[in-house]
Amino acid sequence: MPIVEIASLVKRFGATTVLDGVDLDVAEGEVVAIIGRSGSGKSTLLRCINGLETIDGGQVTAAGVTVQPSRLREVRRFVGMIFQGFNLFPHLTALENVALPQIVINRVPKDEAHAKAARLLERVQLSARAQAYPSNLSGGQQQRVAIARALALEPRVLLCDEITSALDPEMVGEVLDVVAELAKGGMTMMLVTHEMGFARQAADRVVFMHEGRIAEQGTPAELLDRPRTAPLQQFVQSIRHKG
Amino acid sequence: MIREFGSVEFVYLLAAMRWTLGLSLVAFVGGGLVGLVIALMRVAPVAPLRWLAAGYIQLFQATPLLMLLFLVFFGLALFGLSQNEFVSVTVALTAYASSYFGEIWRGSIQAVPQSQWQGSAALGFSYLEQMRHVVLPQSVRIATPPTVGFMVQLVKNTSLASIIGFHELTHAAQYVNNLTLKPILVYGVVGAMYFAVCFPLYLLSRRLERTFHADR
Repeated sequence: MPIVEIASLVKRFGATTVLDGVDLDVAEGEVVAIIGRSGSGKSTLLRCINGLETIDGGQVTAAGVTVQPSRLREVRRFVGMIFQGFNLFPHLTALENVALPQIVINRVPKDEAHAKAARLLERVQLSARAQAYPSNLSGGQQQRVAIARALALEPRVLLCDEITSALDPEMVGEVLDVVAELAKGGMTMMLVTHEMGFARQAADRVVFMHEGRIAEQGTPAELLDRPRTAPLQQFVQSIRHKG
Repeated sequence: MIREFGSVEFVYLLAAMRWTLGLSLVAFVGGGLVGLVIALMRVAPVAPLRWLAAGYIQLFQATPLLMLLFLVFFGLALFGLSQNEFVSVTVALTAYASSYFGEIWRGSIQAVPQSQWQGSAALGFSYLEQMRHVVLPQSVRIATPPTVGFMVQLVKNTSLASIIGFHELTHAAQYVNNLTLKPILVYGVVGAMYFAVCFPLYLLSRRLERTFHADR
């Protein structure tokens, strides 16, 4: 049984239809990269999976729970999310950032939460910065803390929304290394990304979105080396020019 | 017989100043508690709560504190309650202060970026958990300088209580002036006493502003 099931998903912002009937199943342990031009609905698709956006049609199920307003807490326990802008809590240290969700959501005692937070920070190689506040961390470090924070609730699916787009180029690698490590460990992940090299290397499947629909999907090699549809051919072309 | 303005009179004024400080404290605590409720209502996801709080703020900010004092003072008698000066002043100052605190704190809550709501929502926090653990701790930092700044207004405005006969510093000053007939001296001394309380508060507010600003 897939861990994320998306069926005929429709999302509108006013008169604009952003998602126009999206069907997508993600298997446990699968890493799916979602690519496409800006405005193609990639980020909105991710945000519908943990209920940050309400949906206008179709159905989304995550870890067996139907995504609907009354069950968001359950859904979000299983579905973690990492953002482009990190969204760390600036009034808390790195360690406290990772500990807080455990204390609030899982009612874990403070000592236990801090101990686990320390282990998670070690996993993203930030033990030395545990007592630092986000404003004293580099972008790459902040994003790794954000990953640790998302992992603290032991999600079964991790949504990554352009998590390297706000980083200086030299910091992209350290974040992608952590993501690759997670992928190797069997974490189910859906990544909206502009890093084609990374998508090729880490993803089991690449999904190309165009005008609110899934235009094409397949293995990274199939999609990026032998694009079949015209929009994807153009997209791949434009990426190449950039890189 | 006309008295001289001496140390006895000065000590008498100092004693009355305790009431000014007491009233300021009462206004700060009462206005703070009600103001927090108003601020939370003002940003609540439920529209009628927001309208109610907005109306409250408009009403009490657009009414002179003196009118509030009169209305409460004489209104109490209308309900068969004795005209208690302390109760009247407490109620009026609380209404006045809470309307300003409510608005200051609404702004401070809304100054916390949307990404903080989103980040905590994605972790599964409920609205109240977001407020308590993520938004309010950050808005307190934003709110502190203007809050301390408004306390200066509050201290000065307690002087209006003298008009309904509450014996705080200004009322005591009138009393001493009637005995000594030295208005410039008496009100000069009393003005300096208000200044001695308000100026440090003002300095504190300025300093907090710099501290919290440098941090961002």
